[in-house]
Amino acid sequence: MGSSNGKKAVMAVTGAVMVLFLVLHMLGNLKIFFGRDSFNDYAHALRTLLEPLAPYRTVLTIVEIVLVASVVLHMWAAISLARRAGKARPVKYVAKKSQASGYTTHIMRFGGLTIALFVVWHLLDLTFGVVNPKGFDAAPADRMVAGFDPSRWWVTLIYVVAVVMVGLHLRHGVWSAFQTLGWVGRTRTRTLRLGAGLLSGVLVVGFLAPPLAITFGVVQ
Amino acid sequence: MNLTLRVWRQSGPSDDGRMVTYQVEDVSPDMSFLEMLDVLNERLILEGDDPIAFDHDCREGICGMCGMVINGVAHGEQRATTTCQLHMRHFEDGATITIEPWRAAPFPVVKDLVVDRSAFDRIIQAGGFVSVPAGSAPDAHSIPVRKEDADDAFDAATCIGCGACVAACPNGSASLFTAAKITHLSLLPQGQPERVSRAKAMVDQMDAEGFGGCTNTGECTAVCPKGIPLDTIAQMNSDYLKANGK
Amino acid sequence: MNHTQGPDIRDTKAPSGPIEERWEKRKFSARLVNPANKRKLHVIVVGTGLAGGSAAATLGELGYNVTSFCYQDSPRRAHSIAAQGGINAAKNYRGDGDSIHRLFYDTVKGGDFRARESNVYRLAQVSVNIIDQAVAQGVPFAREYGGLLDTRSFGGAQVSRTFYARGQTGQQLLLGAYQALERQVAAGTVTMHTRHEMLDLIVSDGRARGVIVRDMVTGEIERHVADAVVLATGGYGNVFFLSTNAKGCNTTAIWRAHERGAYFANPCYTQIHPTCIPVSGEYQSKLTLMSESLRNDGRVWVPLRKNDSRAPGDIPEQERDYYLERIYPAFGNLVPRDIASRAAKNVCDEGRGVGPGGLGVYLDFRDAIGRLGRDAVEKKYGNLFEMYERITGENPYDVPMRIYPAVHYTMGGLWVDYDLQSTIPGLFVIGEANFSDHGANRLGASALMQGLADGYFVLPTTIGDYLADGPYGDVDEEAVAEAEVKVRDKIERLLSVNGTRTPDSFHRELGKLMWDYCGMERTEESLRKALERIPELREEFWRDIKVTGTAEKLNQVLEKAGRVADFFDLAELMCLDALVRTESCGGHFRAESQDSDGEALRDDERFAHVSAWERTPGGPVLHKEPLEYEYVKMTQRSYK
Repeated sequence: MGSSNGKKAVMAVTGAVMVLFLVLHMLGNLKIFFGRDSFNDYAHALRTLLEPLAPYRTVLTIVEIVLVASVVLHMWAAISLARRAGKARPVKYVAKKSQASGYTTHIMRFGGLTIALFVVWHLLDLTFGVVNPKGFDAAPADRMVAGFDPSRWWVTLIYVVAVVMVGLHLRHGVWSAFQTLGWVGRTRTRTLRLGAGLLSGVLVVGFLAPPLAITFGVVQ
Repeated sequence: MNLTLRVWRQSGPSDDGRMVTYQVEDVSPDMSFLEMLDVLNERLILEGDDPIAFDHDCREGICGMCGMVINGVAHGEQRATTTCQLHMRHFEDGATITIEPWRAAPFPVVKDLVVDRSAFDRIIQAGGFVSVPAGSAPDAHSIPVRKEDADDAFDAATCIGCGACVAACPNGSASLFTAAKITHLSLLPQGQPERVSRAKAMVDQMDAEGFGGCTNTGECTAVCPKGIPLDTIAQMNSDYLKANGK
Repeated sequence: MNHTQGPDIRDTKAPSGPIEERWEKRKFSARLVNPANKRKLHVIVVGTGLAGGSAAATLGELGYNVTSFCYQDSPRRAHSIAAQGGINAAKNYRGDGDSIHRLFYDTVKGGDFRARESNVYRLAQVSVNIIDQAVAQGVPFAREYGGLLDTRSFGGAQVSRTFYARGQTGQQLLLGAYQALERQVAAGTVTMHTRHEMLDLIVSDGRARGVIVRDMVTGEIERHVADAVVLATGGYGNVFFLSTNAKGCNTTAIWRAHERGAYFANPCYTQIHPTCIPVSGEYQSKLTLMSESLRNDGRVWVPLRKNDSRAPGDIPEQERDYYLERIYPAFGNLVPRDIASRAAKNVCDEGRGVGPGGLGVYLDFRDAIGRLGRDAVEKKYGNLFEMYERITGENPYDVPMRIYPAVHYTMGGLWVDYDLQSTIPGLFVIGEANFSDHGANRLGASALMQGLADGYFVLPTTIGDYLADGPYGDVDEEAVAEAEVKVRDKIERLLSVNGTRTPDSFHRELGKLMWDYCGMERTEESLRKALERIPELREEFWRDIKVTGTAEKLNQVLEKAGRVADFFDLAELMCLDALVRTESCGGHFRAESQDSDGEALRDDERFAHVSAWERTPGGPVLHKEPLEYEYVKMTQRSYK
């Protein structure tokens, strides 16, 4: 795990865990289109999963632990690889021009940082309700609808920017994970790149649909 | 054509370098980039100045000795071309051209545009070979090799070891170089016995030399004079992870 | 330049008996070295091309203590890497009638009966092992769909015996040798010194015992002693300044060995390749070879009229001279290298050449494109067309290519016996640096074969016989000091002149002189002129050379100046050798010796010998090694 390749593998695996989470998260979010109750039931179900075999919130807590571990490891690997890269080029070029197509590859670190900051805000807003008008005790759907109220358009804007950033991050990141794990064959490169783009697109649309729908009054 | 050159001058490994500006006149569009520098150097010698040191040898794009970052691009902007094969007709009259050496900590500058790439040799020493002493080989036809595998192996084997991949990589990674050799040998039956240990040893050596890690930006393959494909790195990663799984 | 004639020499190591048993016999008679003693025996190998790289690797594998040197920044860059076409081997995988004997026969005949039968037969025998070795190393030769190795016929051979790896056979074989070498470096049997240039040979008690080298980065002059020295430093084609050799190729190592007593054999044998991209201007620094295969479909022509400045497309069919097809109706555009080269020179001398300076002929694919279609032509030659366009900026699909002959390979080199040992005991010479196997002309795809045969298979056996008497003990300290002082003095001298001309300007002038007077066609008059002019130019060099910088740092001007200085001396010997050999043979064409059709005319009565030159204070001494042909009957070539 200490080698550059090991760290890359850590990034790929933890990234994959987070992508999986995002997909489920997005599907859950879309429940809002089936009504507030549907969304609240989903939120409740997350907490009572496997009850009564396991106590309340067992599965969710495990998921949270795995996620936190993934985020920490992902960041650790990213930071140590960035530091390694910095050491590998102590003298910078006077002139440097990119030749690879696609700017997404060059904003990975910046994008990651933006996303990390957003996640903090996002948790404060909708998970802990600290910065949410309805607060922690309100029902999840109420918090969501209140959070993206037209009067709070700037929250929606932050959300849009962050989700687009996630999309760009994943467009390179998903393909990159396959590459890092050595699952890219000669012929599969194109397919994987397309797949990565598609997945990122679906996630962006899926995540943006609820808040935009709320802000523009489609969902009340 | 007349050109303004901004060239990195550094008199020795431990000296500070700086960009120096030169005017070059009457450049023929049919000159190669290195011939243009030859002309400048001839003038510098006659003026009693130290000519610009740069590595070069075959001047036909195969030895991998030449290489400089031209206007921010390793080997210049023309694709799939070494510096020696780049010709002046691709530049505008009156242009200013910035010329820098490969920049990477494992490639310390020896003088001006000359860098020390012995780190590449050490990566090969770590495992970039098939252990087969002279005279011990079976008949060449005893093991058939699928044509597709032989062709893919060849594509990876065309690496000339110039170091442009490292120069272009934002991380200063030598992954494309290392992966090219690992892929070449792991696609052939002759390379199988040492396949996994080779990947581990070469990647570890790459790290030990101080190269950066790969973030799959693709800058390397974009400047590679031989167009070594990026999926060689996937092959390297796969072999490496297998080594660590065992 | 006057010379004297010394006694004939003989190759005393070549075994007698049936030719196919000679190498076996020698392998058995060569003494072995006790494995425990090998580590104590130190061998220096200079040069890391196919010959040097494979030799150092193999000697290391055998357990000798090897030190290897190259002037490049990595052993992988040696100029063997640029060989395009392929490597011959008598595998007969095609069942098309090839055999060791046929490869032997073709090589002796192709060399215009100026090579030793024993050596060539061994080369053909060993050729089959080279392919096995290379494949086992992972060299990605071209294969067919059945998974077996593909071969092609090359350079007019009637059998398909050339193995290839697209147009990069030399590169792939060299990387195989390089990787084997690096494996030994890792194993600790070979110590590698890159960016080191050999500047003298240490001879002590009549034996080659080491080298003086310059660390090109620090400028330090280093002494390295050993029990034997192997030179694998390549050819000297760069004496012509413009050649297909790499810029760094030089004669210094073999020339300094020659100065120390090693005989130099057949220096005048030079191979000129007909299909190179012509010179485009005064600044030209090297010439690039285009594969000979282009002549399979391209038609060579020049305008009928002199100084015709029309664009090629504007010259109507009846005003074009397809001169190869006209003069050689049977072989047409596929005549051998030397004939095609000379014919091109002749039409250009008539003033009918095309392109800058009138030094070029057209190689036209118009008819091939018309006949086969553009796609088919692209499939066959696409990469070559691309390379041509990259260099010239012209698209050969629309405008005919321009080609001109260029110096490509030198068959001459240090004289060696069957064991590849020079006239200095303990000094072995392999690859292009020696003279041994190609006679007066090398066949296409045989250079790679010889380099690897010498390095992987021949030298490792024969050097054992010499080393069996070692270790050779202490080296005479005075001999080492003398060599070192000589090297330092020369550097000092070069730096102290501070004249007005650069090393390149002298090199260009010498090269032009050699090309004009000792190039494709030589006459007594031209050679005498050259022999008069070279000493004058050399004298001017030592009076007016300008070398900037110091000796204590990387100094490319100093490196270049030292090499040019040696080229002067070599050039003189080449011209002398060419003057003395009044016959034409292979790559040596004396205008005075041609038949009524203008073909090279050998004089077997007087010249069926190797000319081995000894350097003495009283001038060059010529020793002849008579050549006898028991297995191949001497005949005159004809391509009409």
